[in-house]
Amino acid sequence: MGPRKEAIGDWHLTKVVSVRDVWKSYGKVEVVRGVSFDVDEGTTTVIFGPSGAGKSTLLRCINMLHPPDRGTVFLRDIDLMKAGNKINYYRSKFGMVFQHFNLFSHMTVLDNVMTGPKIVKKIPHDQAKAIALQALAKVRMKDWCNHYPSQLSGGQKQRAGIARALAMDPEVILFDEPTSALDPELIGEVLQTMLDLAKEKKTMICVTHEMGFAKAVASEMIFVDEGAVVETGSPEHFFTSPKSERTKRFLNRLTELYGGHESRQKEEGC
Amino acid sequence: MIDYLGDLLEGLLLTIQLSFTALGIGLVLGLAAALARKYGRRPLSYLANAYIELVRGTPLTVQLFIIYFGLPSLGILFSPTLSAIIALGINSGAYQAEYFRGAIESIGGGQMEAALSLGMSKLQAILRIMLPQAFRLALPSWSNEAAYLPKYSSVAFLVTVPELLARSKMVISRNLRPLEVYFVVGLIYLATIATISKILDMVYDKYKITIE
Repeated sequence: MGPRKEAIGDWHLTKVVSVRDVWKSYGKVEVVRGVSFDVDEGTTTVIFGPSGAGKSTLLRCINMLHPPDRGTVFLRDIDLMKAGNKINYYRSKFGMVFQHFNLFSHMTVLDNVMTGPKIVKKIPHDQAKAIALQALAKVRMKDWCNHYPSQLSGGQKQRAGIARALAMDPEVILFDEPTSALDPELIGEVLQTMLDLAKEKKTMICVTHEMGFAKAVASEMIFVDEGAVVETGSPEHFFTSPKSERTKRFLNRLTELYGGHESRQKEEGC
Repeated sequence: MIDYLGDLLEGLLLTIQLSFTALGIGLVLGLAAALARKYGRRPLSYLANAYIELVRGTPLTVQLFIIYFGLPSLGILFSPTLSAIIALGINSGAYQAEYFRGAIESIGGGQMEAALSLGMSKLQAILRIMLPQAFRLALPSWSNEAAYLPKYSSVAFLVTVPELLARSKMVISRNLRPLEVYFVVGLIYLATIATISKILDMVYDKYKITIE
């Protein structure tokens, strides 16, 4: 397959990631059931849906942490299921940010962020340090670079996690419910960081229930339930005229839980 | 009064050599077994499991006797000291494997996922991320092992290794003062083990980490 470009008006969007009919089971449980979608360069895609819908597994299929049983994922024109022993290299093109941060406990924040460039990309120490400091500055964590993860708040940990992903200069960043484990007052600082990245045209795939964030930056939203895509569309589509009953019910429940889409955005002070 | 102290200290030297060599062998075997059990494929993980269960389920003396008295009938002959080192090392390895496995498990899979998602190979992730933390987390229980070994190594006297306990028996056969000599030997063990524990405590305090 050659580079897949599509002309939409004057825009030439290049697909960075194409998910093609991905299936994944654990034992007898089918967690992901035939999911397909494309992600254009410089856009933010928001995946949302009930817990247990297979969203996290889907993300792990995309970067082949858990390779799909069927179907495949393309990174630009590379079929990741056929990547063989180069898969570690291609996986480094996907940044990943985790719900529970997963920072390396025995390393300072700086070392957490440096270790990818140093070990995976074999960049010399001083240069890797410069890259790491730049990434930390971007998430406003430079002042904390000599702290250990256990000395940080949840929001700081997550921003360090984002810096760790950024330092690898990935083609796409995968966010796996990055704010779900945070105290409410710490969510804003992480969302703000993600908004900044979206505005810089980083390509992002975000599993999140932060509808304010989705409304602000998502170019496409994907509602997933029981391992399959129920509905796809722009934020406007979802917030004004969702088609499926299941989507409507789920969005209503989110609104009941979190209030209006806008409420969270206004709290952000940083 | 303690004219035999020199004899005992010579024995202590051998006890320490036995214990530390066995601790080292056990460290290598234990790490290998823990990693094989946790990350190894089928035959390898079963093998590691069998080793751990077999050693933990049988007495150290039986293991030592098999090596010293049993193997010669198969034509495999080790000196008394070497037999003791092999038995103690294999024995310690099985226990250390469990300490390391517990430590790796308490780190959880999330950091492994994070390392792999950066593009590290599984081996890089194990060496750079999991093992450095496993060592730190295993240190308190590993200190136990280091404190047990000088005491366990006294079984070596059963196969005529002139370590501390064997020396004390020799001294008693000369001066016929068992109460006094065993008391002194007890103190020597105590001082040795207190020193080892103290040092390892200091190492632990310096390197300890908190897992979220």
